[in-house]
Amino acid sequence: MTEPLLAIRDLSVDYRIERGRLQALRHVNIDVPKGSIVGVVGESGCGKSTLISSIIRLLPHNASISNGQINFEGANLLDLSENEMRSIRGRRISVVYQDPMTSLNPVLSIEQQMRHIQYRDTTRRSAKLEKSLAMLESVGIADSRKRITQFPHEYSGGMLQRVSIAMALQAKPSLLIADEPTTALDATLEVQIIHLLKDIQAQFGCTILFISHHLGVIAELCDYVVVMYAGEVVEKGTVRDVFHRPAHPYTTKLLQCDPAGIQIKTRILPVIPGEIPDLVNLSGGCIFRSRCHLAESACETEIPPRREVAPGHAANCHRLPI
Amino acid sequence: MIAVLRLVIKEPTGLFGLVLVTFIVCSALFAAVLAPYDPVALNITDRLQSPSLSHLLGTDQLGRDLFSRVLYGGQVALGVALTAIGIALVCGIVLGMLAGFGPKWLDKAILLFFDTIRSFPTVMFALATVALVGPSLQTVIAVIIVTTIPTYGRVVRTQTLSIKSNEFIKAEQVMGAKTARILIMHILPNIFGPLMILASMDIPTVIALEAGLSFLGMGVKPPTPSWGSILNDGFSLIRVTPWPIIAGSIPLILITLGFTYLGESLRDFVDPKLRKNF
Amino acid sequence: MLLYIAKRTALGVIIVLLAVALLFCMIHLIPGDPARILLGPRATPELIAAMSARLGLDLPFPVQIMRFFANLLRGDLGMDVITNRPVVEIVVGQLPYTLWLIFLAILFAGLIGIPLGCYSALHRNTLFDRISGFVSVSFITTPSFVVALYALLIFAVALKWFPAVGAGDRGDFLDQAVHLVLPVFSIGLAWIGYLARLVRASMLEVMEESHIRTARAFGLAERRIIYHYALKLAILPTVSVIGVGMGFLLSSALLTEIVFARPGIGKLIYDSVITRNYPVVMGSVLVSTVLFVVSTTVSDLINAWLDPRTRATL
Repeated sequence: MTEPLLAIRDLSVDYRIERGRLQALRHVNIDVPKGSIVGVVGESGCGKSTLISSIIRLLPHNASISNGQINFEGANLLDLSENEMRSIRGRRISVVYQDPMTSLNPVLSIEQQMRHIQYRDTTRRSAKLEKSLAMLESVGIADSRKRITQFPHEYSGGMLQRVSIAMALQAKPSLLIADEPTTALDATLEVQIIHLLKDIQAQFGCTILFISHHLGVIAELCDYVVVMYAGEVVEKGTVRDVFHRPAHPYTTKLLQCDPAGIQIKTRILPVIPGEIPDLVNLSGGCIFRSRCHLAESACETEIPPRREVAPGHAANCHRLPI
Repeated sequence: MIAVLRLVIKEPTGLFGLVLVTFIVCSALFAAVLAPYDPVALNITDRLQSPSLSHLLGTDQLGRDLFSRVLYGGQVALGVALTAIGIALVCGIVLGMLAGFGPKWLDKAILLFFDTIRSFPTVMFALATVALVGPSLQTVIAVIIVTTIPTYGRVVRTQTLSIKSNEFIKAEQVMGAKTARILIMHILPNIFGPLMILASMDIPTVIALEAGLSFLGMGVKPPTPSWGSILNDGFSLIRVTPWPIIAGSIPLILITLGFTYLGESLRDFVDPKLRKNF
Repeated sequence: MLLYIAKRTALGVIIVLLAVALLFCMIHLIPGDPARILLGPRATPELIAAMSARLGLDLPFPVQIMRFFANLLRGDLGMDVITNRPVVEIVVGQLPYTLWLIFLAILFAGLIGIPLGCYSALHRNTLFDRISGFVSVSFITTPSFVVALYALLIFAVALKWFPAVGAGDRGDFLDQAVHLVLPVFSIGLAWIGYLARLVRASMLEVMEESHIRTARAFGLAERRIIYHYALKLAILPTVSVIGVGMGFLLSSALLTEIVFARPGIGKLIYDSVITRNYPVVMGSVLVSTVLFVVSTTVSDLINAWLDPRTRATL
């Protein structure tokens, strides 16, 4: 297997809060092979956003990376200086955020914003404009010459997310991180954006790290999936393996709760009972045990090790055969 | 009440404000006990003295003890502020509730009235009034009442409107409760907190306004001491002695600072979003 | 856009008309005869009757108010009862002094207050931020005439750095500028505090918005993010605050003009109150009210235009 484009090794991130140290990410390992689409799935609060912020190193001031490496294109991002990191952001790694309506500046036109992000190019203003227009066309925005002069609020949500994607791809990054890019959109637009991402991946050949809490989208789009729970990776593998033969009880329950996957007509959507455990006062043992219907005595005391259930498919659970 | 106080003094600025306010309010309340001299007694032989042990802040051009005048001046400042704000609050509550709960035309009319009142620059409006009825403390109070009603009225109106749309009020209406009953039982308790904060933040503005008008000679009649009239004496004596200006300004600055900090810590505690628009 | 301008202007005009009507009613409904006040306690009944006739006070109330508005439309605010000059002429002569004073005070406050607030927001909870917060509140709470008195006491009387009274020689620009320093400082000081606190608060809010995170994720320089992306948004509220604060500014200009014995609309009102020259009082209060309404209207319009979100929906 060749070296992955992005390899997160043993990453732990803490937040200093009033009550103490909130351990938002604990020993996270994720590989993103070059040219693939990797989905990260989990409930809100499982550390997805912290993961993205760690990769592009834009964590809030009260956060600190206590352990681990983020290897990207042969360098550990955590070792880079702020200036070196800044030259990676938006050029080698770019991000498409959740709500396009709030993630673009409301008082600058699309043209200005697309020009500003090309600040590294020494080309003329007109050349930058042409490049921006071409990008907008490639994400399916018709009449781009007129629309580029408009402000974000003049766009619909779906169109604006296309603009965000165009902006993210402008510098031809090798890694595109999509942070729940379809959550703020309605279902038909969601499908369009997913297709757009697929096309783009084929066209530009970039690698995509796709964050979502929506399993259907992951199944549709991704090659690999990483399941996160309360700051830990509990299962990962190819989409086919994980969706057809889930190994971790959490994954199983997630799949049961997904409305798209429910076969039998039911009035009540199943939910996973219980809440995410308090990440400040962590005791040893399996993080999922309080909500797990299969929990046994070992789960109370020992942190479950990672076990391979098939080549490339692993999960962290005591109940799996060694 | 005790719980509120505890929260206020937890913040250093809140504690600072509370101490300042308590200090000045007490010194005004007990002026009769604390003041070493009669604030209006003339003593020409001792005039224009610098501070000394017998006259802590010196004396003015008529030999009156400035420290005693400052203490009594506090009574005027606080008296005017509390009277004016109290009456303005009542009027504001009534008008605001009428606007919020009444028919749409009444709402529009009251809002337009508020906008009109607010379109007068306060001090100029006060001078125009004084030009008509002559200077007196009552005139000052009346002007302050009229110009501050819109502030309270608007807050009450907004709050009334938002509470009106609540389910429990609608349910009461359906059950046939009288409007007056709904207003008094439900809306009044709900708007009380925000109003008190607004009022406490208005006290410094009102005190400064009273001082400004008395400084212009439009407020208290001599020889009654007021911080503004002490400052006016200081202004005419500015080339002779700095002490009346210092004596008149210190309590004024301290009390406005104190009430501002107190009001802000109250506000942050009750509702961080309630910002005073001036 | 045009509709909004029309609506907002119409509202402004209505408010001015109502304010004028209210002022007029006040004159006539408040007990006390303006003519008697004007002439003082020792006036004979004949004199009072003559003055009433001269001011048109003997006519029925509806006729008076119609006449008042009709005159107003022709730009006639009546006659100064002492010098017998048209009130409009007097007020217009004094207005520039006050306008310059207010404009320079806001400019001075903005040049210091906005950077101060911006810097405090970016270095929040540092010692600098705390000190600047305390200083801002102190500036705000100290009434402008107290600042003016101290400025006069320290810089004019004690140190003699600046002249104490007047507006300087007409035509001598430098002299006029020197005379403006202390008054501008006295009015502007509170506004340094206001603007610093306002910009700090809105800057903190804007820096938390997610488009700032996006800008950072594109590797934009922090300087560009602050000045181009954040400050541009954070500065919007100051426009409307200055507009609404015009009434406040006029009030402090009045007191400051008196302390520094400067000509201006405030000094004019004060002097006319003292001399009981009530047509001049009414005329100048009216003009300053119009000024206030115009400035709130204009600032609303500017604000709507500055923000593309509202600009498009106008």
